[in-house]
This record gives sequence, structure tokens and C-alpha cells, in this order.
Amino acid sequence: MTTLLWLQASGCGGCTMSLLCAESPGALEMLADAGIRLLWHPALSVETGAEARAILEDVATGRKCLDILCVEGAIARGPAGTGRFQMLSGTGQSLMHWAGRLAARARHVVAVGSCAAYGGVTAAGGNPTDAVGLQNDGAHAGGLLPADWRSGSGAPVINVAGCPTHPGWVTETLMLLAAGEVPALDGYARPRFFADHLVHHGCPKNEFYEYKASARELSEIGCMMENLGCIGTQAVGDCNIRPWNGEGSCTRGGYPCINCTAPQFEDPAHAFVDTPKIAGIPVGLPTDMPKAWFMALASLSKAATPVRIDANAHADRVVVPPTLRKPR
Amino acid sequence: MTRLVLGPFNRVEGDLEVTLDVVDGRVARAQVNAPLYRGFERMLEGRDPRDALVITPRICGICSISQSAAAARALGDAMGLSPTPQGAAMAALIHAAENVADHLTHFHLFFLPDFARPDYAGRPWHGRAVERFTAMEGSAQRAAVAARAELLHVMGLLAGKWPHTLAIQPGGVTRAPGLREKARLQATLRAFRRYLENVVFGGALEDFAALETVVGLMAWGRGDVGLFLEIAADLGLDDLGRGSGRYLSYGAYALDTGPVFARGVWNGGPGVFDPAQIREDLSHAWMRGEVAHPFEGMTEPDEGMAAPGYSWCKAPRLAGLGYEVGALARQVVDGHPLARALAGGGVLARVAGRLLELARTQAVMEALVAGIVPGAGFMARGRLPRQGAGGGLVEAARGALGHWLRIENGRIAGYQIIAPTTWNFSPRDAAGVPGPLEAALEGVEVGASGLSVQHVVRSFDPCMVCTVH
Ligand code: SF4
Ligand code: SF4
Repeated sequence: MTTLLWLQASGCGGCTMSLLCAESPGALEMLADAGIRLLWHPALSVETGAEARAILEDVATGRKCLDILCVEGAIARGPAGTGRFQMLSGTGQSLMHWAGRLAARARHVVAVGSCAAYGGVTAAGGNPTDAVGLQNDGAHAGGLLPADWRSGSGAPVINVAGCPTHPGWVTETLMLLAAGEVPALDGYARPRFFADHLVHHGCPKNEFYEYKASARELSEIGCMMENLGCIGTQAVGDCNIRPWNGEGSCTRGGYPCINCTAPQFEDPAHAFVDTPKIAGIPVGLPTDMPKAWFMALASLSKAATPVRIDANAHADRVVVPPTLRKPR
Repeated sequence: MTRLVLGPFNRVEGDLEVTLDVVDGRVARAQVNAPLYRGFERMLEGRDPRDALVITPRICGICSISQSAAAARALGDAMGLSPTPQGAAMAALIHAAENVADHLTHFHLFFLPDFARPDYAGRPWHGRAVERFTAMEGSAQRAAVAARAELLHVMGLLAGKWPHTLAIQPGGVTRAPGLREKARLQATLRAFRRYLENVVFGGALEDFAALETVVGLMAWGRGDVGLFLEIAADLGLDDLGRGSGRYLSYGAYALDTGPVFARGVWNGGPGVFDPAQIREDLSHAWMRGEVAHPFEGMTEPDEGMAAPGYSWCKAPRLAGLGYEVGALARQVVDGHPLARALAGGGVLARVAGRLLELARTQAVMEALVAGIVPGAGFMARGRLPRQGAGGGLVEAARGALGHWLRIENGRIAGYQIIAPTTWNFSPRDAAGVPGPLEAALEGVEVGASGLSVQHVVRSFDPCMVCTVH
């Protein structure tokens, strides 16, 4: 039996909503089957008010043992370091205060979503509430908890980043922890089982990308890297390898990847759906690609674009099918 | 007099604290506090206006599409751009799927588990409620989560993912469905209809949507809906937490032919809704500034959280009056006879209004899919002005949602949002008039368990993350 407590800090609750989209089996069955017992979840548990306060207090004082603390949402530190922009209702204490107390008791701490991990959208646009992640302030190590903080298991906060997180990323992380495995983490403490992939991997627009056959406006089906702000070649996540909501992903939906698994994605310093360029060349290069090679290959492949791919890139559906190949 | 502070108030979306002054066992005065402030309106200032389509959906993970739709409409208004007819229809379908998923989430996950509590042991229906509705474990809970996840395949097909999509744009939608998608959407909706009819309603949706009287409703007797109605009759939920009977709807699912569910107000009879008469009153909010229309409004938090403020929530008023919003309001304004018969009611009326809308919206979604024209244009093009203003008024699952933006020098100069729960869970205004929930709680008998108060609060299906944003 693995105990789990879930807190909703300063966020939108969307990572819980996404979690409930888990399938085969559903989220509730998957957690139960893995021997995970929810001590309390603000959206799902029956306990409210005094009953809920008693559970939180029991965990915070160590009377109840806590294996996994999941925090969804950023930690609001404002105004003036008091945390009063988010009070945990009924307790007279800030959520910042509770998150610190409860994290100290947990064997593992999981930041669910980019807000809890890095601050995320809650920290956007001048960060009006002085929000941070559990163990990161954007890309900088150290948030509510210092950079060298470790949970009972000896691991740092596990950042299941994403805005929202994919239900599979959360359930698989939790199932691994329940089985006694701490997943390997990347440099931003994201589980490598999803962070070792790029969103570009498996994107249905890959053939357009090969020729830099680019959509100029949203709804055209060409690659969105050159003009529409797609950073799938740099963003980590297996979004195009495992589907979202049946068979979706951002790029399959016809809009760019905005790198929501990364620290500070919320303030890209340009409009999300524009690609910043210098002298007509996109500023952000594909991960691990030398610039000179990228430029040479891009101009060569652009010149070699087949008519089919060029026509389709600027339509909202396939207008020219692939040429039939007859067997010899 | 005793003072009760209820919190953490769970199975609502987001953070909620309710303070009750109780005299002789009844609520004499209620104060609703939204204890989370994030400052979305401030984050948007100075940004490219199109960024609103990324930022505002992330106000709320449960009505993210509604935020997208309101932002897209507000931008479109500023651009003088309307979506293509097919683009509007797909945006409506995506939006309807979210609202339906939210109604289901509310009914099964948020509202019903309270009836499985041991406090109700001994009631004739309690054993069945425990089997079906126990939080996380009841058989109905798991079936609802599964059906919801499958319904949201509509999002995977048309919106990329849920929550937080960029698929809805001022000119329409980013993905043009073809025949294959149409067939797949039909399959998803047929499966969802099967679930609703076999499990939730226990009968044909058209039969439920054809109910006209409260007597007819209470005699439904089938499915989880029947079990709820049996509970409602036994506990007198109609009389519990009655509303003012004033309802507002901005009109849901704007198609090129007009909204699917009508726009208007209801105050004992139908009335015209004039958006220019909306004001936000800050007298009891931890906010600085004057009473203003959202085009002129600002969001300046009072970090000292000084009295008489008691919430981060502003108090929206229409021509000086508070209004209840939500599925019941939409169905009353749309003129459905059952909803009109329920108008002014309490917990039962709000929940039944949601169920009525669930039944009716299934047919709306089916018609939208049947009407897909592969090859049509799903996106109209336009340009953002350097200067301008626009409003986007839509209906989220929980009711009227408005975005108002001003653009100066090509950047967002002002962005104001009034969410459904801002209306429903509004604090008092300068005249001391309480908001709809506060008023509905007055006179409620608290009882040993306090469950009646919880039923009233949850009957509104509050979304607190939207309320303050
Ligand atoms: S749209 Fe983005 S993820 Fe897809 S191929 Fe182009 S760059 Fe890669
Ligand atoms: S495709 Fe990009 S923006 Fe979309 S969910 Fe994946 S990482 Fe986030």
C-alpha cells in the first residue's frame, strides 16, 4: 500500500482534469491497481472541512505516513513573502506554509505540471504573485525548497512537467514510485521516460519539415517551425509518440508546440504563434543541430520540395495525394 | 450566534472558504471567500493580443475551452472578424463536448458522493447511493470517468488535446475535419449516447428533454438520475438553497445562424440583456478601484487584504442586480418548459437544469457532427488592429463568461474577465446586497453534519480558479 496526498496550489486544476483522461484502465482503477491509496485529493475525496484538515494535520505531524506528495500548481509567495495570495481555506495558513510542512514528511515529492515544477503560467507576465515551483524558480534551481533539498527517498522533487501534463506521464511516474523505482531524471528533474523524446518525433508534419514546406497561417497543414512558432524540435515530450485524448497532440490539432514542458515557456519574448527570425532565418535551431548544417540543408531541401508537398503545405487538408507506385 | 468557517471546501474546482453566522441552527449570514489570487489580467498587459489564446485557457483546467472561446470571440470582435460557418460549428462542438464533460464530472464526482456519507445511513436509498456514488470507488464514479475520457476523444480529433488547446481561433478552428474524422466523431458520440441512456438516464434522452413539469421530472424513476431524484424528494432538495429567480445567459454556442441556446435575462419573465449595463463593484473585494464596466475596469489587488474586503472576487452586477448563471439559467432563458417550472428553485433545480442540458446537448453535438461539410473553409483570416477593443461573451458549463480587451499600439492595454462563479459567488456590493450563493445560504438549517450547506454550495458547481483568475 502506497499513500498519496494531492495538493492543489496556485494553478488551474487542469493537471487533475488531464489525469482523469487516462485510459486503459482509467485513472482511478490504475492507481488502485498499483496499490496507491489517495489519503486526500481536493477534487475527488469525500472529506471536506474539518475532516480534510485532520488528514493534513496527521500527515504534517507524522501521525500518518506519506509515501507520495503530489503538488499541482505553483507556490504563490506573495504578497511580500507571506503566501497570502493563496490561503488554504479553513486553516488560516497559506498553501506555501502547508506545502513546506507536508513535503518534509513525504518519501517522494512529485510536482505535477509546469506550474508546480517551475512556476509556469502562474509566474507569467511579471509574476504578479511571486510564484515559484517546488524546487525551481523557472530554470534556476531552488524554489520553495532549496536546490540541495531531498525527499525521504533521497530524490529531488520529480518534475512531471507539462501544461497540462499528459495523464500517462503522471500515472507512470506514480506506478514506478509505488513499485519502489525512482525514474531517471533529466537536468530539469523531469522523468527521462518522456523527456528523452522531442515533440518533433512522430509529428505528422515531419515530411513537410524535411523540405521546410511551411504553413504560413494557422490551419495550413505544413510544418509550423518556420512561421508559426512551433518549437517541437526543441521541446521535450513524447506528445507525438503517444496520443492525447485518443489520437491528438498539439501539432496534430494544427497548432504549434509552445514547449510547455520547459521552464519559462510562459514568457517566450515573442508571440507564441510567431517564429522569431533574424534575416529571415528562425532563431531557435533544432536540438543538437549545428547551425551551418541546418542552414545548408534547409536551403537545399527547400529548393528540392516536391510539388505535392508544397501544395499540401499551404492547404488545410491533403489536396495532392502521393503518386502511386506500381509493383515491378 | 456561532461563526463557522468551512474549508478546505473540496469537490469544487479550486479554493473556496465559506463563513457562516448561525443563529438558532440556521444561517443568518454567509460570506463567500475566494482565497486564491493569480493576477491573469495583469499578466496579459503589454503582450501580443494573440497570446490571450495561450494564457487565458490556463486560468482554468476544467473550462479551458470556454476561456479559449471567449478570448477568440473578443479578439474577433476587435478584428471585425467572424469565424466561417463551419469553423463556428466546430468551435461549438469542441465547446459543447467540454460543457457536457463538466456536467458529468460535477454530477458524479463532485456532487453525488455526499449522499453516500454515513450521515444518511437508514434512508431507504442509502445502500444504493453507497454502491453507486461513493467517492472514487462507487460503480457510477468509475463509469463516469471512463465515459468522460472517451467523450474527450472529440478533443483529440478536433482540438489536439484537452485541456489547453490553441485550436479555437477568431476565424474558426485550426484543424479541418474530413469524412474520416466525421465518422470517428459519430462513433464517439454514439458511444456516449449509449452510456447516457443506459446508465445515467436509464431511458431515451429525448424523453427526458421532453419533460415539462416538476411532477413529471420527479416521476422519471430510472438510472442514476432516478436515484438522485428519489434522494432529492426524500431530502427536500427543491426547497434547499432557493435562488432569487433572476437568471442571465449570454447565449451558448454562437453559430452563423445565432446561438443554440438563447441569450437573455429572466426575472419572473423574459428580458433583454444589455452588456453595457454590466459593472463590477469592488467594495467587498480585496481590490482597489471604482465601480466600472469591464472595458474600463482594472485589477489592482489590495495586498493588505483590508476589511470590509473579504474575498479576491469582485461583485458583478447587471443594471445594479446580481444574477444567477449556469445550466439552469441557460435553460430558463432558452425557454425550456421544465427549466421555467424549476425557476427560483434550490439544489434540485440547479442539478436538474444541468441534467436537462446534458440530455439536450447530446442532440446538439450530434447535429453539429452531422452538419460537417468536408472541404468547406474552417478558418477565416483577418488582421489585428493596432488600436481597438472587443468583447467575447460565451457560456461555460457554469454559466456566463465574458472577456473584454483593449488593444493599444498593437499590445494588450487592458483585459478584464468575468467568470460564471464571479457572478454566482460574488461578495456583497456597496449596498450590502449579498451575491447569489450568499443569499441562497441564508436561512439554511445547518444540522449536525453541515451537509445541507455543502449541497447548496456544490449545487452551483463552483469554479473557484475562474472566479478570481
Ligand atoms: S510542426 Fe513542429 S513538431 Fe511538427 S514537424 Fe514541424 S517543427 Fe516538428
Ligand atoms: S506538443 Fe509541446 S506544447 Fe503541446 S503538450 Fe507537448 S510539449 Fe506541450
